Amino acid sequence: MAITEENPGYKWVGTRPVRPDGVEKVTGKARFGADLILPGMLHGKVVRSPHAHARIVSIDTSAAESMEGVKAVITGADFPDLAANGAHPSEIDVANNTIARDKVLYEGHVVAAVAAITREQAEAAAKAVTVTYEVLPHVLTVDEAMADDAPLLHDAMITKGVDPAPEEPSNIASKILHERGDLDQGFGEADSVVEREFTTKPVHQGYIEPHAAVADANTDGRAHIWCSSQGHFQMRAYTATVLGVSPGTLKVTAAEIGGGFGGKTVIYLEPLAVRLSQRAGRPVKLVMDRDEVFRATGPTSGTRIKVKMGVSKDGKITAAEVWMAYEAGAYAGSPVGAAGMTAIACYDIPNFVVEGYDVVCNKPRVAAYRAPGAPMAAFAVESVLDELARNIEMDPIDIRLANAAVEGTQASYGPKFPRIGFVETLEAIKEHPNYTADLGPNQGRGVAAGFWFNAGMMSSATVHINENGTATVVTGSPDIGGSRQSMALMAAEELGIPYESIKPVVADTETVGFNDVTGGSRVTLATGAAVVDACRLIVEDLRGRAAKTWDVEVDQVEWVDGQAQHVDGAQPPLSLNDLAAKSGRTGGPISANASLNSRGVGAGFSTQLCDVEVDPETGVTKVVRYLTAQDAGRAISPDYVEGQMQGGVVQGIGWALNEEYIHDTEGVMENPSFLDYRIPVASDLPMIDCAIVEVPNPAHPYGVRGVGEVGIVPPMAAVGNAIHDAVDVRMTELPMSPIKVLEALNENDG
Amino acid sequence: MKYVAPSSVEEATSLLSSSPSAQVFAGATDVVPQLRSGRTAPEVLVDLKKIKELVEVNSDGDKWTVGAATPTAYLTEDESFSHEFPGLSEAAGLIGSDQIQNRSSLGGNLCNASPAADSVPAMVVNGVRAVVAGPNGTRVLDVSEVVTGPGQTTLDDDEFIVEFEIDKMPNRSGDAYLRMTPRTEMDIAVVGAGARVTLADDGSIEQAVLALGAVAPTVVRIPDAEQALLGSTADEETLNAVAAAASAACNPIDDKRGTVEYRKQVAGVLAKRAVVIAIERAEQRNGSN
Amino acid sequence: MPRTHITTVINGDETEFLTEDSTSLLNALRDEVGLTGAKEGCGTGDCGACSILVDDRVNCACLMFAPEADGTVIVTVEGLADSGELHPLQQCFLEGAALQCGICTPGFLMAAKALLDKNPDPTETEIRYALAGNLCRCTGYDKIIRAVQEAAREMRGQ
Repeated sequence: MAITEENPGYKWVGTRPVRPDGVEKVTGKARFGADLILPGMLHGKVVRSPHAHARIVSIDTSAAESMEGVKAVITGADFPDLAANGAHPSEIDVANNTIARDKVLYEGHVVAAVAAITREQAEAAAKAVTVTYEVLPHVLTVDEAMADDAPLLHDAMITKGVDPAPEEPSNIASKILHERGDLDQGFGEADSVVEREFTTKPVHQGYIEPHAAVADANTDGRAHIWCSSQGHFQMRAYTATVLGVSPGTLKVTAAEIGGGFGGKTVIYLEPLAVRLSQRAGRPVKLVMDRDEVFRATGPTSGTRIKVKMGVSKDGKITAAEVWMAYEAGAYAGSPVGAAGMTAIACYDIPNFVVEGYDVVCNKPRVAAYRAPGAPMAAFAVESVLDELARNIEMDPIDIRLANAAVEGTQASYGPKFPRIGFVETLEAIKEHPNYTADLGPNQGRGVAAGFWFNAGMMSSATVHINENGTATVVTGSPDIGGSRQSMALMAAEELGIPYESIKPVVADTETVGFNDVTGGSRVTLATGAAVVDACRLIVEDLRGRAAKTWDVEVDQVEWVDGQAQHVDGAQPPLSLNDLAAKSGRTGGPISANASLNSRGVGAGFSTQLCDVEVDPETGVTKVVRYLTAQDAGRAISPDYVEGQMQGGVVQGIGWALNEEYIHDTEGVMENPSFLDYRIPVASDLPMIDCAIVEVPNPAHPYGVRGVGEVGIVPPMAAVGNAIHDAVDVRMTELPMSPIKVLEALNENDG
Repeated sequence: MKYVAPSSVEEATSLLSSSPSAQVFAGATDVVPQLRSGRTAPEVLVDLKKIKELVEVNSDGDKWTVGAATPTAYLTEDESFSHEFPGLSEAAGLIGSDQIQNRSSLGGNLCNASPAADSVPAMVVNGVRAVVAGPNGTRVLDVSEVVTGPGQTTLDDDEFIVEFEIDKMPNRSGDAYLRMTPRTEMDIAVVGAGARVTLADDGSIEQAVLALGAVAPTVVRIPDAEQALLGSTADEETLNAVAAAASAACNPIDDKRGTVEYRKQVAGVLAKRAVVIAIERAEQRNGSN
Repeated sequence: MPRTHITTVINGDETEFLTEDSTSLLNALRDEVGLTGAKEGCGTGDCGACSILVDDRVNCACLMFAPEADGTVIVTVEGLADSGELHPLQQCFLEGAALQCGICTPGFLMAAKALLDKNPDPTETEIRYALAGNLCRCTGYDKIIRAVQEAAREMRGQ
């Protein structure tokens, strides 16, 4: 671990204790989405479209309804027509994606759902729902969707961000543009210019736990939902919208979540489960099969990206021109906006144009996936930068150092960077022994860097001091990768009591204040700040109680190592335990709430170094060594910071080498299984070496930046650049499968 | 759907004869995904693993017999078998994870009739025979005669394979199987290549059998490559001829797992590599072992 | 349809349950026996989240029909700890932060147990191949492999 900022004397922050929820998870007791079994619970099953694009002519549910054990059958007609009610277009999209009303827009789009006593009965009933479709022509890629005569998914889609607005509808939902300086002048100053075009395929978040929801509706209109979600408050809001009810009628409990990576920030099953439960009068469980997860949830965008960049002989980037089109899937909302903001954010470039398009097509609606939009853009930009460095015979780290954004740099997307740690990540790589390790035959080394904003948003926390001086820390942020541990570590540091005395809890929507989703690498930053705030309120309260006990002014009381101390030592200290035991005589229970809209996010940077070995006869690429350096700001929980870094890298390696959505010409997904959608397995990988860099975020009490996402930004380019170094082929299409690498090698030979 | 587990071959064949929509299974590693996706919907599932002789590995002086439903883990864990048939053992060991290995079987891998089945090229090069039981007794087929196309076999609906017979590996002989998959494990062969050679006393190749998987509707032999190897010491020129013959023997398709061009080219590469390994192994099998 | 009566030993206790013949052993364990430690990640044997030991061998419970369990001895993750004392693998997973979301953890623990029962001193490569049937999307496997190495050392008394 490379620490650039020494620990200023923290006792708990930065240590590696066992996680608070660990025992439940290694003994099988932890309850995930599909693990809840309620008395009288029914099993649900969803009916999905076999067509990529079709008009629903009719749905006949009568056969299904009369089958043994069937208690409810619902269709789009069982939900309010939000368009007719004048709802916001984004709400209408959420509703229509949950269950189609008039048209299905992708294979796997929900058209109906059933609930029955047994799983088998539900499956049989789902098969018995008869849907008549009028099949429509479809578009599967940005190129097909942007073609002049393309069939339209949405008849009224007028491209946003274009002035004047186009008169004709199209499949282009919006355009984004960032520019600075003078491109012609910039390219004129360049000694080397490289222009390349890249394509990437949709890839899935690949969480191992399929989506699951249990709903228990009451006759008074209220309902309780248990679900696997990255944000149960958001789930409540979306579900209420789709059902046309007040959010207050829904209580949502977040089950333990089996991975999300952005893909569980949106709803799929919850409104269906509630409606089925209302119709049947019994609790209903809906769980997706793996092939439903692939066909109808996630993924992130397939893209086409063009990059032209120029550098001077001394390695300064003089100009950059980026054009990008991102698949949104069935409804507007690809991450092209973030892609446009991140594409060249690592560098200080005087002249640039970044132009992007959000394009709908007949594939599942994209969902957030770890640094949404950034990895594809980085693949393109970092590959071109590698080529430029080679052209001017400059070290790949040095060229990045020559252009690196630093404190005060005007970011390509607008604001000036506060203190950031990009340079430190580059230096950490350069100083690591991997950078100079020997390479064998057919081996090569690649470098790439990445940027991600990290998010702040809204969080709430409640801290209760128990009667024995232990503490319960309650938040509403589902713990997806160990965040309960970081909450407990910060609370221990603040309260001055042992980590083991703290119980962190993720509470339901009725037990704690509002929390935005667990996403954007925000929980340790923002929910952590709320926990710190609440703990500081507790400490203030405790100082006041000690002052009262000693009959002194509160400024005579300090809180040190979990106890109240008189500044002059005039009184024997009062421990938290003492104060808790006497709480009834000093003002009642000791408890505090804090809510915030996060102050000051800290941008994250990652630089990565990849060594590969390519079999020149088969095109198979094996990653033989991997190093990732990332600025964590402050690693509250180094174990789980490393875990995020390693996990992001390995997802990126999968994206680089093998993962892709494959559709046939009819728009039917051909590989909706973990057998054919190839996420990396243990034997595909080496250990992933980590260099945690700590350049504290000045806006956070502990310097936290957020670490969950940026790690997935560099790997595709790092792998591609390493392949180039190994066998001298420049890969511009993802995945860089054996087939594509061998094709490129053959072209080189030919 | 009804589950039955007969305890004898006779019981199983009579069950099959009386149930038109019955499906036999061993490990169900292919059957379960097929049931889930609706590709098959039998009324009766016949579990063959309770029939003793179907779950055994035995050898006598002349041959090995491997029960058709024997988990492939039993084969890969059998040191004596794996020492004698390293190629076949490794091929069997490539069928999925350790979890799958405790269920998957040579009989299932063959009768699922996937062109990409890993054990089949390795069985073909080793001249493995299948003992097939039916209502009228048993018959013996070469493994290469069982599969006629994807999902298609020459077995009747009321027949199943009881066991495989594998003649002992002669001296100065060796086998090998290699496959290409994008991942190192948990994957389906894009190309598979099996080889077996026997060396003459002077080190030249006296006998060679080569077979490819996943490059045609069924496993294919490569007669031109076998011919080219005879009498040679597998020098570079001969190996290049082997590769060319292997590529020429392919009749592949473009699908989600690979392209025609890729399969042809890599079939040559793997055939060549498999021959080299088989020769190394043959050189080591000299005399008492 | 009449259901089939199954008798097994699960985590040391003789256990009986009723099942439909087409039900997977995984669903029977979860719905009928109430042991939800084994998870369904794919239902087709591709992810290993449902790994359990059946007669001492690691299996995907999703690939077994429930009636096949009759007369077998089954161990699930719920049976891995001994009278409340964690198995060294469980302890090493905890101490080594070898889990993030935890959905794959039960399957990894059972597959790793099967490996170490057979091979007490595996190499890193052997561990990686033995666990290749268990997908983890969170950790990149690094800390899982290290935890198994550490547990192996402890179990060998080193």
